[in-house]
Amino acid sequence: MTILIRGGHVMTPDGWEVLDVVVDGDVVAAVGQNLEAPQAEVVDAAGCWVGPGFVDLHVHLREPGHEWKEDIASGTAAAAAGGYTLVVAMPNTDPPIDSGHLARFVAERARLVGRCDVQPAGCITLGRAGEFLAHLDELWDAGVRIFTDDGDGVADAGLLRHAMEYLAERGGVVAQHPEDPGLARGGHMHEGSVSARLGMAGLPALAEELMVARDLALVRETGVRYHVQHVSTKGTVELVAQAKADGLAVTAEVTPHHLTFDHTRVETMDPDYKMYPPLRTAEDVAALREAVRDGTIDAIATDHAPHAAHEREVPFEEAPRGVIGLETAFAAALAALGADRDLLFQRMSVAPARISGADRHGRPVEPGGPANLVVVDPAARWTPQTFVSRAENSPWRGVELTGRAVATIQEGRLTHRDVVVG
Amino acid sequence: MKNLLTTEDLGRETLERLLDLSDEFVEVLDREIPKVPPLRGLTVATLFFEPSTRTRISFERAAKALSADVMSFSPGTSSLKKGESLKDTALTLRAMGADIMVVRHRAVGAPWRVAEWVDVPVVNGGDGAHQHPTQALLDALTIRRHFGKLDGLEIGIVGDIRHSRVARSDVYAFSTLGAKVTLIAPRTLLPRDLDGWPCTATGDLDDVIERLDVIYLLRVQTERGGATAFPSWPEYVSRFGLSRERFARLADGAVVMHPGPMNRGVEIAPEVADSDRALVLDQVRLGVAARMAVLFTLATGRGLTREVTA
Repeated sequence: MTILIRGGHVMTPDGWEVLDVVVDGDVVAAVGQNLEAPQAEVVDAAGCWVGPGFVDLHVHLREPGHEWKEDIASGTAAAAAGGYTLVVAMPNTDPPIDSGHLARFVAERARLVGRCDVQPAGCITLGRAGEFLAHLDELWDAGVRIFTDDGDGVADAGLLRHAMEYLAERGGVVAQHPEDPGLARGGHMHEGSVSARLGMAGLPALAEELMVARDLALVRETGVRYHVQHVSTKGTVELVAQAKADGLAVTAEVTPHHLTFDHTRVETMDPDYKMYPPLRTAEDVAALREAVRDGTIDAIATDHAPHAAHEREVPFEEAPRGVIGLETAFAAALAALGADRDLLFQRMSVAPARISGADRHGRPVEPGGPANLVVVDPAARWTPQTFVSRAENSPWRGVELTGRAVATIQEGRLTHRDVVVG
Repeated sequence: MKNLLTTEDLGRETLERLLDLSDEFVEVLDREIPKVPPLRGLTVATLFFEPSTRTRISFERAAKALSADVMSFSPGTSSLKKGESLKDTALTLRAMGADIMVVRHRAVGAPWRVAEWVDVPVVNGGDGAHQHPTQALLDALTIRRHFGKLDGLEIGIVGDIRHSRVARSDVYAFSTLGAKVTLIAPRTLLPRDLDGWPCTATGDLDDVIERLDVIYLLRVQTERGGATAFPSWPEYVSRFGLSRERFARLADGAVVMHPGPMNRGVEIAPEVADSDRALVLDQVRLGVAARMAVLFTLATGRGLTREVTA
């Protein structure tokens, strides 16, 4: 299939230029002015940004085991609709992805039914139970590069140290959902003035910071590549900044919702504001935005966490945690950070591709390069009411947004084409 | 007033109107036939997802005294055990003809969610550790009938404030009505952040006990984790229990209150609980009138009442 992307602002190795892009097969065939491509599918990209497809380091596709919430087909379709060409699938499925054949199942299934590339993440501990190491070698051989017990932190420092020592030899990334179980016990929202008034048990900022501080001491000893998942507090930002200044191989991600909302949203009692880590204070939101700008935080990752509608028809405290984010991430990031296309593509594509080791993603657009591309319109206004995802637990449902993916191309395949524009 | 969910946003005028109405219903309940007809033909549904006896019975007594019919839902006998969602339960009760719903739930905010789903007035009968507005109303009623006012009174609330919906409701109602409220508890049983709360807090009961007009005692909610907040029961009792010795130090005319259920020998000494300065049974008695005032006001607000004859 040939695709001609006409007249967009293209992210080339030499910076942004208004150019045409021709995609042929799985590569970019040509980049230049007034290109012709007979028979090509034409995408009008006037006013749009054309760059490497987005890469999400943190997505819950829910397959195997929780297909009523989402599956690999619906989750990757949502990813394509949001401009993503690669997602890293979290391993907290049922069964959890703790051995090679399970990781291969996810990858194979994605090749069969997926609308974007899927890199499975593997568990750090067997069954995510925090007692024994998962089958780290098998997982590595199946293509896993990011290891995490996401949903829970690895609380046992001795076990985590073993995982770090083992994976440091391989070059794998230990990604931590930092949450000290003792400090977080029973909590449903950020511990602060709002939780005190609502009478909800809180998740203190310290629950996150304490585990990150401990982990960084272990990273210092083991030399492993370490990635902090969904940073939510100013204190964590400071810890990561110090670790980077000290030369540790540390990276960090933040979600669009933590860049947007603060804990006062929970006053609505709406479970669409329930997530772990919880929404923090306005001061934390400001610190997170600044950390994305100055590079302390490397990547924006959605923590796309689909849940069925009926599972949310309960009180806040009883609702499952997490919200979807793939389809709204670009608009949310644009609103939080401004129309800085270099910054947005760095944090949503280049850096996360580097962290996941995916060399066919996150590269500037040039002839011969991989045809993993996104065309985004930074001025498109839209209001999400329904979603491509099977779930609709989004805090942006019904909220007017600016910016959306017009077209997504994965390995030369048009995986998303906006029905409104183009 | 569309629903009664919290005391946080109740103005002084609204509170006083509810208290005035409660006074009238107290008089009704003292009659030979303690019943009036304004809610005749209406159905009050009590949805109690958390085990409770006294509050549910009080609401049902109030509804019947207003001539309403009562539907009672409780988890032990319900489809909840079969996995029904809160929403489906609420819609089911509405479809059966509930005109007013009283909701109690262990989770914060449950009555707010129900109020989104149904088109009838909802009363919060207690949600988690958050709010219990009719308790605040009956407490204020008890104090006003005893002292004639709340203005200028010093009220100390002692015990497990952190896990108490009663405390969260009382603080706002009492202070809106002009009382000065002090929370008295170890730091581990106080809310972690009192920013914006219309009250002060201390960990030293003995320091403030003599200046209190009302000492309001709360049970330690072991089921919500309260008991891990101090080293042992004897230590808790020695610092925060209203013993006979502490009771003797209360100012003349000061009274003792408790929302029940009481743990005698812990937060309250048995002799204190039985003394004539303990208003515990008055609270229970007046609770029926206060809840009548709430049901009547909500029904009237939606044009549901037949005739206004309080």
